[in-house]
Amino acid sequence: MSIHIPTSLDDAVALLHELPRVQLLAGGTDFMVEVNFNRHDVHDVVALRRVTELQQWQHDETSNTVTIGAGVPYAEMENGELARLFPALAEAARTVGSPQIRAAGTLGGNLGTCSPAGDGLPVLFALDAVVNLASHRGKRSLPIGEFMLGPKRSALAVDELVVSVSMKTTTGWQGYAKVGTRNAMVISVASASLVLDSESGTARIALGSVGPTIIRCTQAEQWLQTQYDISARKELDEAIATEFGLRVSQESRPIDDHRSTAQYRRHAVGVLAKRLLQRGCVQ
Amino acid sequence: MSPSIVRTRRDTLGTSALRPDGGAKVQGSFAFSSDVWADNMLWGATLRSPHPYARIISIDTSEAIKIAGVETVLTAEDVPGQLTYGLIESDQPVFAAGVVRYMGEPVAAVAADHPETCRRALAAIRVEYEVLEPHVNPEDSISGSVPPIHPNGNLLRHQRIVCGDTTVTGPVVVECEYEIGMQDQAFLGLEAALAIPDADGGGVEMIVATQWLHEDRKQIALCLGLPEEKIRLTLGGVGGAFGAREDISLQVHASLLALRTGRPIKMQYSREESFFGHVHRHPAKIWVRHHARNDGMILKIEARMVFDGGAYASTSAAVLINAVTHIQGPYRCANAVVDGFAARTNNPPCGAMRGFGVVQACFAHESQMDKLAQACGLSPVEIRLRNAMRTGDRLITGQPVESVAPVERCIRETDAIALPPQMTSSPHELLLPGGSGRTADRQHITRGIGWGVSIKNLMYSETFDDYATARCRLENGIVTLKFATSEVGQGFITLAPQIARSVLGIDTVIVDPMDTTIGSAGSTSASRQTWMSGGAVDGACRLVRERLFEHVARQQNLDPLQLEIDDTDIIDTRGTLRISVSQASAGMTFEETFEHHHRPTEDLDENGQGNCHVAFAFVAHRAVVDVDTELGLVKVVQIATAQDVGRALNPLSVLGQIEGGIAQGLGLAVMEEILMVNGIVKNPSFTDYLLPTALDAPDVVAVLIEEPDPQAPLGAKGVGEPPCISVTPAIAAAIRDATGRAITRVPVRPSDICL
Ligand SMILES: Cc1cc2nc3c(=O)[nH]c(=O)nc-3n(C[C@H](O)[C@H](O)[C@H](O)COP(=O)(O)OP(=O)(O)OC[C@H]3O[C@@H](n4cnc5c(N)ncnc54)[C@H](O)[C@@H]3O)c2cc1C
Repeated sequence: MSIHIPTSLDDAVALLHELPRVQLLAGGTDFMVEVNFNRHDVHDVVALRRVTELQQWQHDETSNTVTIGAGVPYAEMENGELARLFPALAEAARTVGSPQIRAAGTLGGNLGTCSPAGDGLPVLFALDAVVNLASHRGKRSLPIGEFMLGPKRSALAVDELVVSVSMKTTTGWQGYAKVGTRNAMVISVASASLVLDSESGTARIALGSVGPTIIRCTQAEQWLQTQYDISARKELDEAIATEFGLRVSQESRPIDDHRSTAQYRRHAVGVLAKRLLQRGCVQ
Repeated sequence: MSPSIVRTRRDTLGTSALRPDGGAKVQGSFAFSSDVWADNMLWGATLRSPHPYARIISIDTSEAIKIAGVETVLTAEDVPGQLTYGLIESDQPVFAAGVVRYMGEPVAAVAADHPETCRRALAAIRVEYEVLEPHVNPEDSISGSVPPIHPNGNLLRHQRIVCGDTTVTGPVVVECEYEIGMQDQAFLGLEAALAIPDADGGGVEMIVATQWLHEDRKQIALCLGLPEEKIRLTLGGVGGAFGAREDISLQVHASLLALRTGRPIKMQYSREESFFGHVHRHPAKIWVRHHARNDGMILKIEARMVFDGGAYASTSAAVLINAVTHIQGPYRCANAVVDGFAARTNNPPCGAMRGFGVVQACFAHESQMDKLAQACGLSPVEIRLRNAMRTGDRLITGQPVESVAPVERCIRETDAIALPPQMTSSPHELLLPGGSGRTADRQHITRGIGWGVSIKNLMYSETFDDYATARCRLENGIVTLKFATSEVGQGFITLAPQIARSVLGIDTVIVDPMDTTIGSAGSTSASRQTWMSGGAVDGACRLVRERLFEHVARQQNLDPLQLEIDDTDIIDTRGTLRISVSQASAGMTFEETFEHHHRPTEDLDENGQGNCHVAFAFVAHRAVVDVDTELGLVKVVQIATAQDVGRALNPLSVLGQIEGGIAQGLGLAVMEEILMVNGIVKNPSFTDYLLPTALDAPDVVAVLIEEPDPQAPLGAKGVGEPPCISVTPAIAAAIRDATGRAITRVPVRPSDICL
């Protein structure tokens, strides 16, 4: 077993190429749990904390694009400028684990694990984020919907890492809500992120924990656009919100497990969708 | 909080003396038993069954022993003494022999130079199983429809109670079946021990986190085939217990490995292993029917109570007796027919947990009281006041309640506590149900209020003489106390010096390590140590004081009966003498040992009649909850409670028990449950076994009711268990109030509320 602590992206990428059975370590909040349960045979570890390129975020105001490094911890998204730019991301970040977990955990790790319960992922999907990847073969960018393939399965190649995610800032309301059976530090049983983009007049909603991976409810989104003028954001009929919730829950594909039942998840995610829409239209 | 926390110059009885280990625990420097090391030590680890029920065809350890660093591998064949252990019935194998009866049952143990070597060794042991269909339905065990899964049979105990006129019926009849899920004690300090073999291989010394050193020693000695005095136990730092350290976990395994290898063995469980390494709270199904008059007065109780004991007996028999003898609750009732069963299944073994059978009974009787109130058109408070038990009333076992029984006062004083303010129009988002998940807004919330009142027996029952021993030495103005009382966090190390200071007028009190070089203190359970070990320390200190007074009286030519302690002085009540205790005892050594025994109890007869319990304590809880009725999420806003404590010897410690107990009862009400599918545990981790967080904990407003119990050596009743008992039904009732749902099961799941 060896541990490598590169300080630049190039070095990190080179190590991924050289070491045959390499594993990436960011905040370690998923990784170390796996190690403790002996689900990982740990061989060569590349620790990403010192790779400066991954620890930063930039706002390119000409293209209205924000790029968040894979190693930026949730704690930085909870408040401040990032929270102002992406309130939904801030809400999601605040639900992740405990303050200790949020100080260490990262979006890169959330993407690397690619769990359907990852709290960052529905927000990234609803924001139409692009995942920027790097390997010794070069860089590529994937829409998040193409990056996430299934439960804990992503398009990440073995010798590749997530450098950052990029998304456009939006005007309009956005939010995130998550159901768990305790009031803090809980794995999501069902979650939803809604982005109302008033510029383009579109709505985007993505769901967590109600399918093999994060689900975008494109049909419900389109239906909503035909029923309600998102740019104008006038008063919303309760019946529309209710119908939106129902349509969203119909697009969910939940299962029964020890955390909840498919029936409850389908119900809950519909309630969340309805409430998020109502929240978004009150402001 | 209501009771004021008074700090005084001297930390005597009645003051809120601070824990001597508090600072170290907060700063992380306190040594828990998992922090103990020895030179040259090896690590021990346990191989456990992945199946709930299987025949063991063969165990091949040859590959494991070949691994470099592995010193030994032990199986059932290597147990030199008794092959089984158990608190009441010795039915649990040290290592499974021929058959495994629950998921996680120990099959083998290894000792190696490193935990990782241990892990590899365990992985290299080849066990061939013939997997059998597990029996997980207690009803099958009761009816006898499945073959015995253990030579001792599938019924762990059946107890009937028949009381008064069983033909009585009432104009008001309410009945329901209730279900209680399997709760885990979830102490934070995981099981850990260090076993050091004697040089001659003839004995073992062990540092261990346990609730009862002497009982551990007895069981270890039997399994090792050694005399008890060859096993010496010292208490390691204990991080919580709640009943889960009453049974043997790793003690015998570690001792065996130490004797076999001749080297110190350190064993400690991970959180996951801990879920398999100790017993849990019994899941139960309880059917109850109450007959009452139109005015709400209870006429008769009928009940059938089924407790799933899991694969081994542990304390199931005693838990069951608590359940059946407490099903009436703190209410008068002249007639009853109760049937209780503790059944063996292939589920994880269940045993002691805070509340010990009464938690389950209380959820049922309190839910029934609300049903009764509704049927009679009374408020939850009124129905309880009308039926409230009083000192001297008889239980359905025929036993008179000789303990002070301030049930009415508990209810009235709880009722008098101010309700929390109404929710504002824009409450803090984190304080709504759903908390940090931001699921709800103000308009989605309904508030509910619910009640729970309980009676809990103190000390062991059914003829058990669970005495406690303590020694007091006064030497040169310093008191040294010695006892084997397990300090598991309850605060006896704070209380014992307080007793000595009050009795002897000396401020410097040293507590010797707790170990088996003195007589037993009994278990730190059953809310008993303040009463029992407190009584022993008090008794030993009083004997020393008598000797001191005799000494002073002789010197001063006085009658020792004239002498008294006043603050830190000895005074002559009929004269002018005043001399400080340290001065009076200079150059002298007084040492006395005292055993405190509670009054004897009786067995129950076949009709469940008999004075089987020692004493009782009472408490009332009122819960205020906010419910998101559409998502089924709950926030417990406030718990108001008035608890019958006898006498608050350390108000801060009492409050600690109250707040902690309420958190644990809240856990059972809304989230804590070990989930099983056909004997397989699905959530053995803190990721999925959810404990309340700070955001789930309610405001607690507590009133301590101090009516000293004449039976209790210090007037104080046990306060450890009552806080967690009736808070669970109070929360469930508050959820009912908010939602109109029946809520017949705890933990209440979101889907129980909204689907
Ligand atoms: C107590 C606790 C509570 C938690 N609560 C939540 C919660 O509420 N919500 C939630 O979503 N998650 C939760 N988690 C899981 C975890 O915190 C998150 O998934 C977090 O985002 C992981 O980030 P990390 O930096 O710690 O990743 P790590 O653990 O370091 O890595 C996770 C995986 O991603 C890979 N990886 C890391 N960085 C990269 C990269 N740049 N490129 C490619 N692959 C990479 C790693 O190789 C590994 O496979 C919790 C975990 C714990 C221990």
